[in-house]
Amino acid sequence: MHYTCRLFLLLDTLLGIFDMGKQTGLYKRHVEAGAKLVDFGGWDMPLHYGSQIEEHHVVRNNAGMFDVSHMTVVDVSGPDSRAWLRYLLANDVARLKLEGKGLYSCMLNPAGGVIDDLIIYWQGDMKYRVVVNAATREADLKWMHKMVGDRQVALKERDDLGMIAVQGPQARQITAPLLPGNVGKAALELGAFESLEQDGVFIARTGYTGEDGWEILVDAQTADTLWAALTRAGVQPCGLGARDTLRLEAGLNLYGQDMTTSTSPLESNLSWTIAWEPADRDFVGRSVLEQQRQAGVSRQFVGLVLEGRGVMRTGQRVNTAAGEGQIVSGGFSPTMQCSIALARIPAGAAERCEVEIRSVFRPARIVRPPFVRNGEIKIQQGSKNNSNVPGGDLL
Amino acid sequence: MSEISDKFLYSKDHEWLRLDDDGSVTLGISDHAQEALGELVFVEVPEVGDRLSAGDACAVVESVKAASDIYCPLAGEVAEVNLALADTPELVNNSPYEDGWIFRLQPEDATVLDDFMDADAYSRYLAELEDQ
Repeated sequence: MHYTCRLFLLLDTLLGIFDMGKQTGLYKRHVEAGAKLVDFGGWDMPLHYGSQIEEHHVVRNNAGMFDVSHMTVVDVSGPDSRAWLRYLLANDVARLKLEGKGLYSCMLNPAGGVIDDLIIYWQGDMKYRVVVNAATREADLKWMHKMVGDRQVALKERDDLGMIAVQGPQARQITAPLLPGNVGKAALELGAFESLEQDGVFIARTGYTGEDGWEILVDAQTADTLWAALTRAGVQPCGLGARDTLRLEAGLNLYGQDMTTSTSPLESNLSWTIAWEPADRDFVGRSVLEQQRQAGVSRQFVGLVLEGRGVMRTGQRVNTAAGEGQIVSGGFSPTMQCSIALARIPAGAAERCEVEIRSVFRPARIVRPPFVRNGEIKIQQGSKNNSNVPGGDLL
Repeated sequence: MSEISDKFLYSKDHEWLRLDDDGSVTLGISDHAQEALGELVFVEVPEVGDRLSAGDACAVVESVKAASDIYCPLAGEVAEVNLALADTPELVNNSPYEDGWIFRLQPEDATVLDDFMDADAYSRYLAELEDQ
């Protein structure tokens, strides 16, 4: 009997271990800092370290850092790299004229649906670095390997690297002196969407918050040292909660929510990422997109600002003069102190709509994202009752 | 581990109740509840004079994550509401048992308070929930 009990206990412990998600190299730092951890695409990631709203404000006003080591990094090399990437991606890597320059693109399926969104950097010659999402890792890698076929392209996943995003108006100035060697000095010269690799540090002036900052890729040990140094320098660790409200305010799409394999980039506000020229460049999904472009898509992707109280949430119904639509990403904007959302609604609908929140239709304005960029509200706000709220002086 | 004040009674829906000297009952949500909800961004309170039955949805707490109804745990008339929550909903997070109270009720029948859990019983109830 005793043995049976012990066995069950042992099994339980083992199952407990298998139940746990993957951990990034910074996991211990998060636990030490008191993070509330959640499962994200199979990873145990920090949701917040106490207050996701404070973390949001810190990034808008000062500097915050995110562990984004769970994201998937793939190095592409080989003589056919460039030609292959020009076929694989809807945006055109031939636009990358400057070494280190990055490009945002969708990776489409033949039906024009979005397999993932990504950033690709040109590292000179036939070398590229691709950063895709964490939750889509397996599907992406499988698709990429399939698409390589017998071309001379090598794909190497870089799960040996950790990734830290330092974001906010002060982020670069605070971070620069903490980087190894002379990387900081060189990195301060980077323009938007430019990267460099030096002394084992890959650093790009990119992010997912609508603020200035860097995304830094280094080996796990250096990531840990850098995270500790940033913490000592007063940079606030921020979790996925703040990351989501920051990207929502910045009008940046979230894969899996705002676009999926069953939505076209043309109905996801991503037309600007499709390189139609040169017209003779074939890429996966092109023929379907051409048809959609000619026929016109029936749905548009817009921003909504709720008038009055309440919070718009993913999946809620939107009524417009042109028909029904849906919220794809909704939430509370800490900067604007009201609810904002990204929604897919019938083409032609404009100005006003109603959102069904808990069985009540509430008025909202239809706007063009972004809502907030570089600390500034980009949407004219109505005369709501938002006088006594923190941050109200921004309005 | 969330804080459980021994001055109050608790409902299974994680509301706390306090019987005041004048026979009215003040209500809020427990520390456990506010922690599970996450940071609040809106609180909708009932109106003074509303007559509520037990089980009526009488208030809404909306957090960064989700919206939740608060169901009135006993029948009565709303005597006072916490107006400060309109502009500072975070009081419920920061001070769930004091500044974050939600409303005060004049109960129809105060003897129903015997049906609620004391701090010890609520603590055991939370432990049971955690085990499930």
